[in-house]
Amino acid sequence: MELKLPPLAETGETLTGAEIAIRCLQEEGVEFVFGYPGGAVLFIYDALFKQKKVKHILVRHEQGALHAADGYARATGRPGVALVTSGPGVTNAVTGIATAYMDSIPMVVVTGQVPTRAIGEDAFQECDTVGITRPCVKHNFLVKDVNELAITMKKAFHIATTGRPGPVLVDIPKDVSQQSARFHYPEKISLRSYSPVVKGHGGQIKKAMQLLLEAKRPMIYVGGGAILGEASHEVTELVRLLDYPCTNTLMGLGAFPASDKRFVGMLGMHGTVEANMAMQNCDVLLAVGARFDDRVIGNPAHFAAGSAGRKIVHIDVDPSSISKRVRVDVPIVGHVKDVLAELIALLRASKEKPDAAALAAWWDQIGSWRAKDCLKYDRNAKIIKPQFVIEKLWEVTKGDAYVTSDVGQHQMWAAQFYRFEKPRRWINSGGLGTMGVGLPYAMGVKLAFPKADVACVTGEASVQMCIQELSTCKQYHLPVKLVNLNNRYMGMVRQWQEFFHGNRYSESYMDALPDFVKLAEAYGHVGMRVEKPGDVEGALREAFSLKDRLVFLDIITDQTENVFPMVPGGKGMSEMILSEDL
Amino acid sequence: MRHILSILVENEAGALSRVAGLFSARGYNIESLTVAPTEDATMSRMTIVTTGSDEIVEQITKQLNKLVDVVKVVDLSEGRHIERELMLVKVRAAGKDREEMKRTADIFRGRIIDVTDKSYTIELTGTTDKLDAFLEALDKGAILETVRTGVSGIGRGEWVLKA
Ligand SMILES: Cc1ncc(C[n+]2csc(CCOP(=O)(O)OP(=O)(O)O)c2C)c(N)n1
Ligand SMILES: [Mg+2]
Repeated sequence: MELKLPPLAETGETLTGAEIAIRCLQEEGVEFVFGYPGGAVLFIYDALFKQKKVKHILVRHEQGALHAADGYARATGRPGVALVTSGPGVTNAVTGIATAYMDSIPMVVVTGQVPTRAIGEDAFQECDTVGITRPCVKHNFLVKDVNELAITMKKAFHIATTGRPGPVLVDIPKDVSQQSARFHYPEKISLRSYSPVVKGHGGQIKKAMQLLLEAKRPMIYVGGGAILGEASHEVTELVRLLDYPCTNTLMGLGAFPASDKRFVGMLGMHGTVEANMAMQNCDVLLAVGARFDDRVIGNPAHFAAGSAGRKIVHIDVDPSSISKRVRVDVPIVGHVKDVLAELIALLRASKEKPDAAALAAWWDQIGSWRAKDCLKYDRNAKIIKPQFVIEKLWEVTKGDAYVTSDVGQHQMWAAQFYRFEKPRRWINSGGLGTMGVGLPYAMGVKLAFPKADVACVTGEASVQMCIQELSTCKQYHLPVKLVNLNNRYMGMVRQWQEFFHGNRYSESYMDALPDFVKLAEAYGHVGMRVEKPGDVEGALREAFSLKDRLVFLDIITDQTENVFPMVPGGKGMSEMILSEDL
Repeated sequence: MRHILSILVENEAGALSRVAGLFSARGYNIESLTVAPTEDATMSRMTIVTTGSDEIVEQITKQLNKLVDVVKVVDLSEGRHIERELMLVKVRAAGKDREEMKRTADIFRGRIIDVTDKSYTIELTGTTDKLDAFLEALDKGAILETVRTGVSGIGRGEWVLKA
């Protein structure tokens, strides 16, 4: 393989494929590329080396690159960009791509491929990247002609960021990155086969308004689509205008402020009694950027049976999300932000007002569900309760931190107890439920917002799945705070085994755990162990006061604690197990 | 219910696997699938026969439309349409059965397109039902080989499927 590069060229001139790839990133205003080099991307890394605009973040494992880019995208709303080599680089990246895909996160993933003439010959580090990733990307491309590279990159960014967002992958064979072409980056692009609907149907929006005004027991259910669609402002305005109860999904936390009295908490498998009961018993439901998934409404048959004659309005940018698991009465396809703005305008102009008496009775009913205080836990415990740690984290960070999490009980406690006020503050893997995302997510967020407090709420099992990124944090000075709720169990697995498998804790005990304090220190960071409830707040304060250090707080928590309420899989939303039931 | 979906896709490498992959990943049925270029060289047309409730077919259509390479999807079975399938059957045709075989082929407007002294190869076009009926009319033991193209469909009248 010849390694000589043609001289770097000016705009509009002839560039190599590698240079074109990087120039496209510059044109898109990409700040960071998260990646890991290898044979198939050597030319691209060379082009990266010769410029300053796009900063490369060298991770320690490709999965970390994808998650970090994903975290950056979740926190900023801008597309995350990752760069990996062919073969194992790609297969390592797949978990990260699938994670982003399930939560509709805009990303552009550039992968190296073996030279075009070697494709299909089982070449060294060859894999069918387009084939392997096809089911977990919004779209992907194999670029066989360097003249097509710039336009393909444009398409990739366009597709990733419009409509229902998602990851798009561009596979670049090594010879294509080496060959030259004239560089032209189109300003705009239109694809005949891709034109997402953006404007909601006026007549449908009117129908929605009518239904909302006729409601006796209304409910507003807001999912991650409201955050992706930047519609928090409109959601908040609508809920306050109507004075209707509002719930957020795990992915929608922060879309409506948790401090508002109309917020009934998160719904779903670990949702509050008031949120789940209101969902089940409402007569008019407005769903905004949500998809009625199994962790939210449980069994759709039970949900349908809930309130006879319940009417559902569903606003979503993706038509395939509508009437997928639950049939809806008024589907509205469009940008949630714009549709809500129209709906608000109609409501303001309407002479009709909601039925005040019915609404008061409904709020009384909700008040009685609230009175169950379903998130209560033992505040006088001698052992550290995980819920208590999250409450303290909220206090210490004044409710204004970016909180990333991994997957498990700690994730649910963070979601329940860190009362999110703003969108894009809660960064977690809801759809795929990928353990290991927490630390790389925190990296992506910290790079985007260096001054903000960034906490990663994790578990001793999850954190070990991408622990190597502590080294990346050292290299790039990313002083995030890890809050490890160390219960020496894969707690969520243990909880299911306790409830549904006769306490047979099959392989869910975390044995031979590392000394996390020493581990943090070995990576050049600060480690602290916290074993008493009385020390939690002080440790958190100290951690956040160490502005320029990554701190790993290893917090030894109650091993037996469970997440309540819980709707067992396959059940209806009102069939919750509460802490007092056990 | 049986549905016939007509799909215009970009003539890109991988478009077929995206469509086929969607069906397998989401557990939808494919009874038959045909694909070939159209008068516009940048596009191919697929005809997929699938079965499912109205809800499922609505989801299939939405999911297909979501694929970036898919330009247009219509459910032909929603309107007046014509469907055809081509079948080639090699049958045993020796001795006293030889004449009978020819007669049966004639009744179904089949054409014998290849002959040996022991066999016929019959070409038959029609709806899936007609082809099935022909096979049923034959003695099972007489059928040596069958190959079917799967259904192609087109709307009736002046209506055309365009990008
Ligand atoms: C990559 C991956 N593997 C397995 C699982 C299944 N799983 C879900 S939660 C969990 C346990 C997590 O344990 P830990 O990180 O200690 O969190 P805890 O539940 O104890 O708070 C497991 C194994 C998963 N979500 N992701
Ligand atoms: Mg644990």
